[in-house]
Amino acid sequence: MEKTAPAIRIGSGAGFAGDRLEPAVELVEQGALDYLVFECLAERTIALAQMRRTEDSNGGYDSMLIERLSLVIDQSAKKNVRIITNMGAANPVAAAKRVAQLAHDRGINGLKVAAVLGDDITDHIRNNDVLLDNGRSTTQLGESLVSANAYLGSFGIARALDEGADIVITGRTGDPALFVGPMIHAFGWREDDWDLLGRGTAIGHMLECAGQLTGGYFADPGFKDVPDLARLGFPIAEITPDGIAKFSKVEGSGGELSVRACTEQLLYEIFDPSTYLQPDVIADFSGVTFSETDAGIRMDGATGRKRPDRLKVSVGYRDGFIGEGQISYAGPGAVARGRLALEIVRERLAIRGLAIEELRLELIGVDATNFTEGPPTEMREVRVRAAGRSRNRQTARAVGAEVEALYTNGPAGGGGAWANDREVVAVASCLIDREAIETRLAWVKA
Amino acid sequence: MTALRSLAHVRTGDKGDTCQFSVIAYDLANYPLLAKQLTRERVSEHFAQIANGSVHRFEVPQLGALIFVLEHALRSGVTRSLSLDAHGKCLGSTLLSIDISTDSSGAIT
Repeated sequence: MEKTAPAIRIGSGAGFAGDRLEPAVELVEQGALDYLVFECLAERTIALAQMRRTEDSNGGYDSMLIERLSLVIDQSAKKNVRIITNMGAANPVAAAKRVAQLAHDRGINGLKVAAVLGDDITDHIRNNDVLLDNGRSTTQLGESLVSANAYLGSFGIARALDEGADIVITGRTGDPALFVGPMIHAFGWREDDWDLLGRGTAIGHMLECAGQLTGGYFADPGFKDVPDLARLGFPIAEITPDGIAKFSKVEGSGGELSVRACTEQLLYEIFDPSTYLQPDVIADFSGVTFSETDAGIRMDGATGRKRPDRLKVSVGYRDGFIGEGQISYAGPGAVARGRLALEIVRERLAIRGLAIEELRLELIGVDATNFTEGPPTEMREVRVRAAGRSRNRQTARAVGAEVEALYTNGPAGGGGAWANDREVVAVASCLIDREAIETRLAWVKA
Repeated sequence: MTALRSLAHVRTGDKGDTCQFSVIAYDLANYPLLAKQLTRERVSEHFAQIANGSVHRFEVPQLGALIFVLEHALRSGVTRSLSLDAHGKCLGSTLLSIDISTDSSGAIT
């Protein structure tokens, strides 16, 4: 594929931590890329990573970092495709060192890896009383506070690229920022180029969920049929210095890249489309249009206005335990037996007087994910599910244990019982003045 | 009457305790019909069991799309909800069973 200079081509190699591995390989081999981005850091992931770092000072980065990069690093080094990822999670420096080691092991010399730092403000939040969006304050969290990470913008990433980074590893940033960084670097956009930053943010938002732009999370057989989802191709944006993008995917790959798929992704997780808050700009998607061209789907019409004075901070805290149990019933009367089973669990937990703060009882197949009114249906099978919250792990565990005990104490014909319990790391958010945040770079050379 | 499913597609997302979904007309010509009938009130009623906070609607006419935002709809959100589908990603699809009025010929009015 030929591109028009001075356009750049950015590929999206992962849209979440557990995403498929092969699409990034296809992109680096056949996508004629300048940049490859891996977005792998969900809201809570960084809090869990911080807990791992507490146990191991060399840990706390994405557990698939090396698996993902080892598949593309030979080609990316050979073709001069620069990589940007937030797989640094709670420890971008340790991640950068590990990636430099990987490059060294592969005989790739002189590779420059930059870690973008400054998002981790756990100490600052621990020592200052800040109000959270859930109505509590950070000092109330006390020892349960796990992590606090500010959402950094694009300019630290751009500076790393300006200074020659081949691979840029971040912790918490706005997801679109991973894509806007290379645009700023390539096109020289300034901090107050609000419209350009708004356009870049729209492009980043389109790419950040990878396969969700190219037909993933989209198919509805008979209404929206999408070919070859088992070989879904991930998206590429070819971007010109005026912030106009054309989206494409590798020819012959699976999926659908269309105006309707682009529209779904543009509006994904958007509230007021005229006000999409990001660290570097308030982007406005309300005037976006899409058109089909020979080179892919063209997006135009995003704008931007002055960036917010304050940055969002994700605060992770330990929030007790969830215990859960499931069991199935089949055949005539399955729903009635399932309902009886749920009532027995409710009564058992009450009889035992356990301190369960919140209890959820549901029938999978009937009312576990669908909360609308509908006609009662006789199901061929149902699955009972009980989940409860407690400050105490033993107490939470009792929820699943009571479901398992339905085997010999509950309705007829229960099967496939299962129980589990887990610690909850919850995430709340707050705002911090942007002046309190300083973005820094750390360098490792292979 | 025709089911919304034949006129529009839906994508659901979440941020914290807020559920968001877009309803997008397959054919731009049907957008005015959706804008008229899929009111904030009607969607609130559909999700009465979970819409514990404000419900907002935003219009994106050139894309044939409506955005609905349901606050406090996710039992405190993905990181601590007891729900099987803690993100609430299954929610928007249930809207597709809503009926949209058309004229007697079946054409969209």
